[in-house]
Amino acid sequence: MPGTVQSIERAAAILRTLAGGPGRLGLSEIARTLDLAKGTTHGILRTLQLVGFVEQDRVSGQYQLGGALLHLGTSFLDINELRSRSIVWADPLAARSGQAVRIGTVLEGRVLVVHHVFRPDDTFQTLDVGTLLPLHATALGKVLLAYRAGSPVPELERFTRLTLTDPKALASALEGVREAGCAYEVEEFLLGQAAVAAPIRGYGGLVVGSIGVSGPVDRICDSRYQPLPRLVGYVRDAARAISRDLGATR
Amino acid sequence: MTEKYVIAIDQGTTSTRCIVFDRRGQLVSLAQQEHKQHFPKPGWVEHDAMEIWRNVERLAPRVLRRAGIELSQVAALGIANQRETTVIWDRLTGVPVGRAIIWQDTRTDALVHALASSPTAADISDISGLPFATYFSGPRLRWMLDHTPGLRSRAERGEVLCGTMETWLIWNLTGRRRHATDVTNASRTMLLDIRSLDWSPEACEFFGIPRAMLPEVQASVGDFGTATEAFPGVRIGAALGDQQAALFGQTCFNPGEAKCTYGTGSFLLLNTGTELVRSEHGLLTTVAYQIDGEPAAYALEGSIAITGSLVQWFRDQLELISSAPEIETLARTVADNGGCYIVPAFSGLYAPHWRSEARGVIVGLTSYITKGHLARAVLEATAWQTREVVDAMNTDSGLTLTTLRTDGGMTADNLLMQMIADVLDVPVVRPLAVETVSLGAAYAAGLAVGYWPDLDGLRQNWHIAGQWLPTMNPTTRQTEYTNWRRAVERTFDWIQPT
Repeated sequence: MPGTVQSIERAAAILRTLAGGPGRLGLSEIARTLDLAKGTTHGILRTLQLVGFVEQDRVSGQYQLGGALLHLGTSFLDINELRSRSIVWADPLAARSGQAVRIGTVLEGRVLVVHHVFRPDDTFQTLDVGTLLPLHATALGKVLLAYRAGSPVPELERFTRLTLTDPKALASALEGVREAGCAYEVEEFLLGQAAVAAPIRGYGGLVVGSIGVSGPVDRICDSRYQPLPRLVGYVRDAARAISRDLGATR
Repeated sequence: MTEKYVIAIDQGTTSTRCIVFDRRGQLVSLAQQEHKQHFPKPGWVEHDAMEIWRNVERLAPRVLRRAGIELSQVAALGIANQRETTVIWDRLTGVPVGRAIIWQDTRTDALVHALASSPTAADISDISGLPFATYFSGPRLRWMLDHTPGLRSRAERGEVLCGTMETWLIWNLTGRRRHATDVTNASRTMLLDIRSLDWSPEACEFFGIPRAMLPEVQASVGDFGTATEAFPGVRIGAALGDQQAALFGQTCFNPGEAKCTYGTGSFLLLNTGTELVRSEHGLLTTVAYQIDGEPAAYALEGSIAITGSLVQWFRDQLELISSAPEIETLARTVADNGGCYIVPAFSGLYAPHWRSEARGVIVGLTSYITKGHLARAVLEATAWQTREVVDAMNTDSGLTLTTLRTDGGMTADNLLMQMIADVLDVPVVRPLAVETVSLGAAYAAGLAVGYWPDLDGLRQNWHIAGQWLPTMNPTTRQTEYTNWRRAVERTFDWIQPT
């Protein structure tokens, strides 16, 4: 079988990013979203511009989809495909962390739970696949928001005293998510509950979903309300393993 | 102390995988390689056994590297394999005599018919616990001996050896020293006396198989030698047929415990303990496993030929979806099957019907039917086929299934899992390990070398990862089951005797 061409994968990821945003995006924004070097991103954008798939605004220098491509819209990885490809790695994450695992993707401004592995203690639990969660108040959602450049920020509804409802505070939290490569949630959605999540990347680095563990604060965090490094490591490892299977190169 | 691990080789129909497991029975790393499917004539399916062995050699360093471990950290190696697939090779050169003939191959159809009408056929079924079908390996061996010039005399002189895939791998792993099979694989040949657990002289005579070419029959959990190739220095602690391995991986060690593995086909196995139960309803009597020095555990098996492969057909032949998991997406575009049923009797029907002359049907077509309804009918076919096998099992065993433990790739399909719970009217449970076949081989191997202390230790690793409860109302269930059975009847007698 012939090998795949990385730059084409990345070009496709850039097109997806532009298609997912509301308008124009700057070079650095795109590079950061895909975790690519600016130089690489610029080269690919120029190529796409040359073939007419991308247009650059003369005044602002920002990019948008070329007219011919607008109908490509926003079709991401099929959710059942995502579950099917993640399932072997979600189970070990639940076993190692001792906590419930969920995989989420974006649906109409919320997190859609596409896979759920029970907390492995054999207590009665109910599958919540299909449930919708708030983007800004959950670790799963913050990961998804952090890697969707230019997405409209949803209405910042308050669930607890700790929910991030100030757009600026959220923006800086999302910056932190991009820096750390994972997101946390400590009593921001449900009292007494905490969670850790990391991005699942497809080809070219495009974030197609997020995977995380959640449970009681004292099981997820240390005494200073910081997530346990061991757990963060497990979540990152699982996210990386799924991403590798989905064809992400890094 | 350095952490130790157990490795499983799952030699399957479409690919070979190597998986590293930790002490909790969790997957640490996985490496997989597909092999070529050869279709020389309609109904013929072959594999290149040498290609499969080369794949194992290639996967070994890859899976260790991905786990970040050394060979010295591997406590044991276990093998699970596609069952009934048979190969003959030269004892001196190690080169296969022709390709391996796989379990789906129906070339022995005429031979099996002829053998089945022999006056002593009933005795052979009684000795082996199996009905006459192209599915099993004994007739396949006979076919190879009949159709390869000079092979029979070479077999009688002990110049060629035969085996199912675990035997082929053990022979290669041990540097061509060990020619052995396990009781579960041997119980699928029609050559094994299912009570004494050794080759039956009557059956070998009946099929015309020289004893000299057959491997030594051993307990599934025991000693298959030490590898000198691929995983040099590692003890091979276990070998099991893939479905028996899944039963072991699901820790169904008590009589009455059952699992169903959803793959290309689907296989429901019920542990019947040390008691050998004869089916009156089209189930197979088979060996579940044997631990060295202990009596064997037996199982009743309901084999369904076409489940996941119906989804593949929908994807590859009808091209209505681009990947198998999308069947769920498409099926969810509609609320019900719209009155449409698909019975996938592509090469006849296996359990509980065993009708080789049946062929598939799609019934209830109207102009109302969309591809969404067809997708639903595809998934429902798997659910209803499970129901038929469960009904047969409840009747034969006198027990009533209260929960179904599932595993295999199709358990990722939530809609299918819900349908199965609905049509069986029992909870469906998915354990915290999708790769149960490999896990069972790892458990068995780890048990053999003392990596895990006992069966109870393994049971503690079993946890519920997901559960689906029945929600269908009884009237709908009854109506739909009646419709399904009417659809099944329409597949019968399609192929006319020539």
